[in-house]
Amino acid sequence: MVEVQLRVNGTAHRLELDPRVSLLDALREHLGLTGTKKGCNQGACGACTVLVDGERITACLALAVQYGGREITTIEGVAHPLQQAFVRTDGFQCGYCTSGQICSALGMLAEVEAGAPSAVTEHLAEPAVALTDAEIRERMSGNLCRCGAYNGITDAIRETAGVPS
Amino acid sequence: MRPFAYVSAPDVDTAVRAIAEQPGAKLLGGGTNLVDLMRQDVERPTTVVDISSVPLTGVDELPDGGLRIGALVRNSHLAAHPLVRTRFPVLAQALLSGASGQLRNMATVGGNLLQRTRCLYFVDGAAACNKREPGSGCDAIGGFHRGNAVLGTSEHCVATHPSDMAVALAALDAVVEAQSVRGTRRIPLVELHRLPGDTPHLETVLDADELITAVEVPASAVAATSRYRKVRDRASFAFALVSVAAALDVEDGAVSAVRVALGGVAPKPWRAYEAERVLTGAPATEESFRAAAEAELADASGLPGNDFKIELARRTIVATLRQLRVEGGAA
Amino acid sequence: MTQAPEKTRPSVERPADAEGPAVGRPVDRVDGTVKTSGEARYAAEFPFPDIAHAAMVHSTITRGRITGIDTAEATAVEGVLAVITHENAPKMVPPGRPTPLDLSSMAPGTRVNYLNTDEVHWNGQPVAVVVAESLEAAHAAARLVRVTYDALPATTDFAAAQADATPVKGNLLEIGEAKKGDAEAALAAAPVSVDATYTTPPQNHNAIEPHATTAVWDGDRLTVHEATQGIEWVRKHLAVRFGVPAANVRVIATYVGGGFGGKGAVWAGTLLAVLAAKATGRPVRMALTREAVYRTVGGRTPTRQRVALGAGRDGQLTALLHEGVSAVGRMGGRSEAVGSQSQHLYAARTVLIRHSTTEMDTVPNTFMRAPGEAVGSFALESAVDELAVELGVDPVQLRTRNEPERSPTDGKRFSRQNLGRVYADGAERFGWAARDPKPRSMRDGRRLIGWGVASAFHMPIQLPADVSVRLAADGTVLVRSSFHEIGVGAATAQAQIAADALGVPVDAVRVEHGDSDQPVGPMAGGSGQTASLAAAVLEACDRIKREALALARKAPGSPLRGRRPAELRATGSGLFRADLPPGAESAGETYAAILTRAGRGYLEARTGSDNRLRAAAGQARFMTRFLLDRRRWVRAAIGAHFCEVAVDEDTGEVRVTRWVGVFDVGRVVNAKTATSQLRGGIVMGIGAALGEETLLDPRTGRIMNPGLGEYHVPVHADVPAIDVTYLDEPDPTAPAGILGIGEVSIVGVAAAVANAVHHATGVRVRDLPVTLDRLL
Ligand SMILES: Cc1cc2nc3c(=O)[nH]c(=O)nc-3n(C[C@H](O)[C@H](O)[C@H](O)COP(=O)(O)OP(=O)(O)OC[C@H]3O[C@@H](n4cnc5c(N)ncnc54)[C@H](O)[C@@H]3O)c2cc1C
Ligand code: SF4
Ligand code: FES
Ligand code: FES
Repeated sequence: MVEVQLRVNGTAHRLELDPRVSLLDALREHLGLTGTKKGCNQGACGACTVLVDGERITACLALAVQYGGREITTIEGVAHPLQQAFVRTDGFQCGYCTSGQICSALGMLAEVEAGAPSAVTEHLAEPAVALTDAEIRERMSGNLCRCGAYNGITDAIRETAGVPS
Repeated sequence: MRPFAYVSAPDVDTAVRAIAEQPGAKLLGGGTNLVDLMRQDVERPTTVVDISSVPLTGVDELPDGGLRIGALVRNSHLAAHPLVRTRFPVLAQALLSGASGQLRNMATVGGNLLQRTRCLYFVDGAAACNKREPGSGCDAIGGFHRGNAVLGTSEHCVATHPSDMAVALAALDAVVEAQSVRGTRRIPLVELHRLPGDTPHLETVLDADELITAVEVPASAVAATSRYRKVRDRASFAFALVSVAAALDVEDGAVSAVRVALGGVAPKPWRAYEAERVLTGAPATEESFRAAAEAELADASGLPGNDFKIELARRTIVATLRQLRVEGGAA
Repeated sequence: MTQAPEKTRPSVERPADAEGPAVGRPVDRVDGTVKTSGEARYAAEFPFPDIAHAAMVHSTITRGRITGIDTAEATAVEGVLAVITHENAPKMVPPGRPTPLDLSSMAPGTRVNYLNTDEVHWNGQPVAVVVAESLEAAHAAARLVRVTYDALPATTDFAAAQADATPVKGNLLEIGEAKKGDAEAALAAAPVSVDATYTTPPQNHNAIEPHATTAVWDGDRLTVHEATQGIEWVRKHLAVRFGVPAANVRVIATYVGGGFGGKGAVWAGTLLAVLAAKATGRPVRMALTREAVYRTVGGRTPTRQRVALGAGRDGQLTALLHEGVSAVGRMGGRSEAVGSQSQHLYAARTVLIRHSTTEMDTVPNTFMRAPGEAVGSFALESAVDELAVELGVDPVQLRTRNEPERSPTDGKRFSRQNLGRVYADGAERFGWAARDPKPRSMRDGRRLIGWGVASAFHMPIQLPADVSVRLAADGTVLVRSSFHEIGVGAATAQAQIAADALGVPVDAVRVEHGDSDQPVGPMAGGSGQTASLAAAVLEACDRIKREALALARKAPGSPLRGRRPAELRATGSGLFRADLPPGAESAGETYAAILTRAGRGYLEARTGSDNRLRAAAGQARFMTRFLLDRRRWVRAAIGAHFCEVAVDEDTGEVRVTRWVGVFDVGRVVNAKTATSQLRGGIVMGIGAALGEETLLDPRTGRIMNPGLGEYHVPVHADVPAIDVTYLDEPDPTAPAGILGIGEVSIVGVAAAVANAVHHATGVRVRDLPVTLDRLL
């Protein structure tokens, strides 16, 4: 067992954890924060996406002990117009991928804000990127939605980012 | 996942000492490959030495205009770095075509180089796999091997190295710096990974107690006109079937400088020296590109399920060079 | 680029806050807030202080017997509570034979009595379960259980197994053979014909929520939180298997993270969680790993199909043959009725439809979104396209020219027949007229552009549904039924239906669902849930209105005194005369006024029966009615898909760049959720077209890509903006005019893509998925 200080949604938690415990399981099983979902436990679906110091990661491949002292934000700590936009645009059906989509989108918007390029960015040398639908789709491709709510998700993100369609 | 002792290393020295002292220890970078494989019981370290907060996170310009990249730089940070985007676009593109936004925020340069194959039989404990269990056989050869290699294989293993980033680095003549309690050494990236031969479980020339501290990319004029073309089954978030990292300079209609490396087709990032030899000085035409691709793949040999990669690789080489010619001309 | 301008007409035309009926409006989902805030809890997310975690051990052989299980090492792992094997497991009652009288008898996907047998029937079958204090200990210990086997030969190669296929006889629930005239002779005589073989691979549902069960015993009472599409099946089945009265079993599934058919049957994880809870006396959670889902939950079975079409030079079909062989698990599974749509879709003078199955030693296959049609349409609609090419006729015209008056095989009437209309609308929206029929005639730089079409066809089922509706004196309404919210917006739709039926605002209606303590709801399957529930909700609301009127009619001061139901309408949260403007003095009164005057807190109506015998009789009656009705009508949701692909000329990479789908699904209850669901089917169809394939190693019968990294479902970047519209006209023969929409839209998608790929490249791909290696 190792002692870990996890800061989640602004609250510090002191936990005694088996070092095998993933950040995802720490949240779900030890802190009761079940809003973050487990879809594959292999980094392949994005359902477990949380923000660490504002950056999106997949919590299933993170060991909790690695993230002591970092600022972790889960869906329970998110209060953002993007959430209402998801409802308006029907950016989900079963809702199981939704927490991950929302956290991922928030991390993604911050990346765009910082000028980070993506695989579909044409002019890499330019410091700013325009958030086209193609950019949104590429950047959100780490979040699977088997219900196929992709159109609604793209709409919600575009609306929230204030980009005209 | 089997139990392990957890050690958090604040710096390189602590880390290299820890891995030297603990046989069976493994370094933990972003964890995106190691944790996954531990969960599948493929990796079974008895000690995990966490280096994720070791401050090897700089991307520094070398005096000649090249780059020194710390081994713990995250893939996303490296791709977004202005010097990478302007001087080595092929590297930025390769990084950005790998995995997902979330994973790139976790994955480190060192971990990316040492990630293990995605061969379907390697990760399944019920299957025979010489890489996982030396001498057990290779179920991929007579089974599903659509993603496996067509170059540099052996009868013992046909796995590919899955990294995109490493393909770009191979094209860029990158050098890996590794440190252990015995000191520091520099290894050209193209020599880091081994071909399987009859020891597919030995994947790199690194010793078990060596830690990658940095990757250096020398200055390169041709790299300014470079790109990474990744061919895959989905539009995003899938490993390469074939990928091409290439850089091209054309003067008076002839190839004056060229770099080509291939991904998805070999057990290591595959520098296409033969293609480069054919191209250098040749007219920058579709015919030369095709001839170069043919030359590089002359020794390729596929299996029923991945034979197509040979033709796909040829076509992707040609397509990438063609596009670079256009871009170079436009620039 | 030769491409029509993208149409941006919005799919949803009526604003959400429009006046008038709630049905049809794009109302926001009632569970929107809980699902976007992380509050909605799924089966693995209910906390119990003494919860134990379970993990499965899977067989690594395909068929044979267990000769020994060494659990010592696993048991020694710190935190392990039990290692349960066939040597020490509590007994379960073996599953019974399925009977059409009680559909829940179809609940078990298999005859295998897990951990109560030493037999192994497929590679990956659970052979042990580890229960531990922590997830980590359970999964680590599961790796340490050593099992030895005596292996027997097994059938694991579909290509080889086809030689042993036997015909499906067919019954009321399963299509066997359908015949009209001598189709082979007509085919031979046809001036123009095509005759080709198509194959489709095994596929998996891959709902993003893996199957999970949390099981809690309290004496002989059992509560399970379950990821299921069939609460009642789970309840009844667990009662049978664990020998307790069904009344003792409570199944809760308020939110389910997707199903697509994969959560319809009762699979091993559910049974073993309950078994483990019994063995350990602890609440047990079994959250399946993604790999365990692949190994223990069936998917869509592979098929090989022959479609042959004969036609006159005018394009009139003279022969239609559709023969399919599919694999079924030796221990359970069903035939994939690939010819289902071929019976009805086109007016062929002669028809021959035949199904056969071959048994394989694999995890039992099961229904997956539009079983039969989803893959059957790939063959049929590809063949129609091939015929259009042969004839030199436009593929849209060829289809509409062959739109039948009556069902060609049996002369049944169509409840509606709008194939021509959906094609006309779709062609308009897509800009089909600009298509140059020549393959490789359209390009965008180095990308070859292709346009393809295909028909969608699906016959929704109807299911028995019990609901209770309670109208409170304050005008609020509570609808209760143990139906499923797997993402279809079922609760939202029923709120809208009840709101209109009672004349109250949508937000006055609360819907409780997903708990077997509620009246028995329908299963979420066969696209039948919404319509089946609507019928029951309407009936219950009707009774409430009658009761309200009965109260008012007797009341001296009521403006409704002496009125008959036919004269009234429900509006403004009350009953008002239809012949007067609702605002008018003495036109009627609110429920609040009626109930207050009568001193009643609420009115409640419940459909169905609590009494077991009567419920069973009711179910049998329902089945009879349903089957009779099926004999009379072909009641189908239909659609037309228009697809544009771009194929990289160098690499063969196919990307879908544009999609228009026009559907006739009867009345649409919620424009927003219906659009999403129709899109969802198209997205899943794009997956099937371009990438999805469960890799079953023919040497071992072992699934080699049991994960989301290697099984390629579509990602964001694979999916363009999908333009979906529908006719929105009630079907006069369906409850509330509603046909189901859950499945129709996946039907035809793969063919539309393959047809577009042919148009782009000139290459006809007859084997799914259309991966780039087939185009090099
Ligand atoms: C779903 C999924 C999809 C992916 N898709 C792609 C893709 O398309 N393209 C692609 O290129 N990659 C892909 N990846 C792989 C990903 O890029 C790698 O997992 C990642 O780069 C590994 O980096 P890491 O820091 O997380 O490594 P870790 O998992 O921490 O480590 C990997 C290995 O490297 C060793 N190691 C780590 N750091 C050092 C060091 N400094 N010195 C010596 N040894 C070290 C570790 O001991 C371990 O053996 C994918 C991964 C996932 C899970
Ligand atoms: S190809 Fe290599 S990694 Fe794959 S099964 Fe064979 S030996 Fe193992
Ligand atoms: S659960 Fe973490 S990516 Fe799927
Ligand atoms: S909403 Fe169901 S998986 Fe995305």
